[in-house]
Amino acid sequence: MGLVLTIQSRPTLAEFGAESWLPGMVALSLVREIAPVITALICAGKIASGIGAELGSMKVTEQIDAMEVSGINPYKYLVVTRVLATTLMIPLLVVFADVIGIMGGYAGINIHSDVNMVRYFSQVIESLSFVDIFPATIKTFFFGFFIGMIGCYKGFTAANGTESVGKAANSAVVVASLSIFIIDMLAVQMTDLFY
Amino acid sequence: MLQEQINITKKTSRVESKTVIKVTGLCKSFGKNNVILKGIDLSVQKGENLVVLGKSGSGKSVTIKCMVGLIKPDEGDIKLFDTDIASLNDDELNVIRVKVGFLFQNSALYDSMTVRENLEFPLKRHFKKLSGREVDTAVTEVLESVGLAEAVDKMPSELSGGMRKRIGLARTLILKPEIILYDEPTTGLDTITSREISELILEVQKKYKTTSVIITHDMSCAKLTGDRLVILKDGKITAQGSYEELEKSSDSWVRSFFI
Repeated sequence: MGLVLTIQSRPTLAEFGAESWLPGMVALSLVREIAPVITALICAGKIASGIGAELGSMKVTEQIDAMEVSGINPYKYLVVTRVLATTLMIPLLVVFADVIGIMGGYAGINIHSDVNMVRYFSQVIESLSFVDIFPATIKTFFFGFFIGMIGCYKGFTAANGTESVGKAANSAVVVASLSIFIIDMLAVQMTDLFY
Repeated sequence: MLQEQINITKKTSRVESKTVIKVTGLCKSFGKNNVILKGIDLSVQKGENLVVLGKSGSGKSVTIKCMVGLIKPDEGDIKLFDTDIASLNDDELNVIRVKVGFLFQNSALYDSMTVRENLEFPLKRHFKKLSGREVDTAVTEVLESVGLAEAVDKMPSELSGGMRKRIGLARTLILKPEIILYDEPTTGLDTITSREISELILEVQKKYKTTSVIITHDMSCAKLTGDRLVILKDGKITAQGSYEELEKSSDSWVRSFFI
């Protein structure tokens, strides 16, 4: 992401003689928007569909009923664990994506010029402030929470029959992806209000 | 020889006069036009093997799912061990559920877990203070009871239909239930395996002194296991009695089950 963004932005910035802004611009774009949203969308595709399909399949084959009749709360065991995992792990993945993206930006800049790594990263760090990092990180917890919840909900509400497993997985991806855009929009509005 | 032994087992089984399951006026419908149960009255005595017969879609599975609270009835009372399950909250219902085992038609083994993990799962969640050795002993004991001690580390996908039924029964037995509800335990199995499962149901009842409600279409299973049979028709119980009594019923529809 960082590499592509750098390569795409470079000509425009070069026209204004503002190539030196490139590290800051890449870092800001990645940390504030691109890394959280793209990572969350990828996770919605992989994790929400996986949870939807797995729980849907468990529902169809009566495994969830089996859990319930043996006196175990299936929501506690199947939902809480998955939602906690997505809520806590997606922010970590986003931080990872931030770092990889910024490294990609460094590689992108060095395709056409020779920029010292220390200088690049010092510019990146200078351009980022608390206002950029904090709201962007907080929204990733919501992304994770909703990806987990939507996957579980779609799995648990799968109707009987194998066809419904595919439907549960499919609709989990669609709804989770849509929810990411809505949460992102709300997060941007709230960030604008408070900062 | 084995048949004689089984008959002796049935005859000597102790059916006590204490009612452990009492169903009164049970009604259930799915949507306006799909009325499944129209007032089922049923009681099961301690130590009794009750077989429920009926055509497909007659509401046999719905009845036993109502008994464990998997399906909420529209009307009627269900009492397990003299406790009305409708009056219980989730935690109280879970305490009752530990005493009621349920064997699903397709066994419903957790397919992401090995046989050992399938068996350990309910045990570890209900008896958290058990040591690893005690859990291992319990797993081995129930697996030996169903004759599948060697399958302990297999995945459910590696098991045959009959083996899955046995492991499903082992998972039910590990919590030492007082009642076991069997949802078509022999469906989809060959004649020999069906008979083995039917014999296993009797062995389990003898060893663990359980009360059983068995939903089945398999008349040899019904004959072998049932102390009493009830037949559902149009959402109601139309006949009940021993296998021999119903076989000679004056109602030709009832007799048609025995042909």
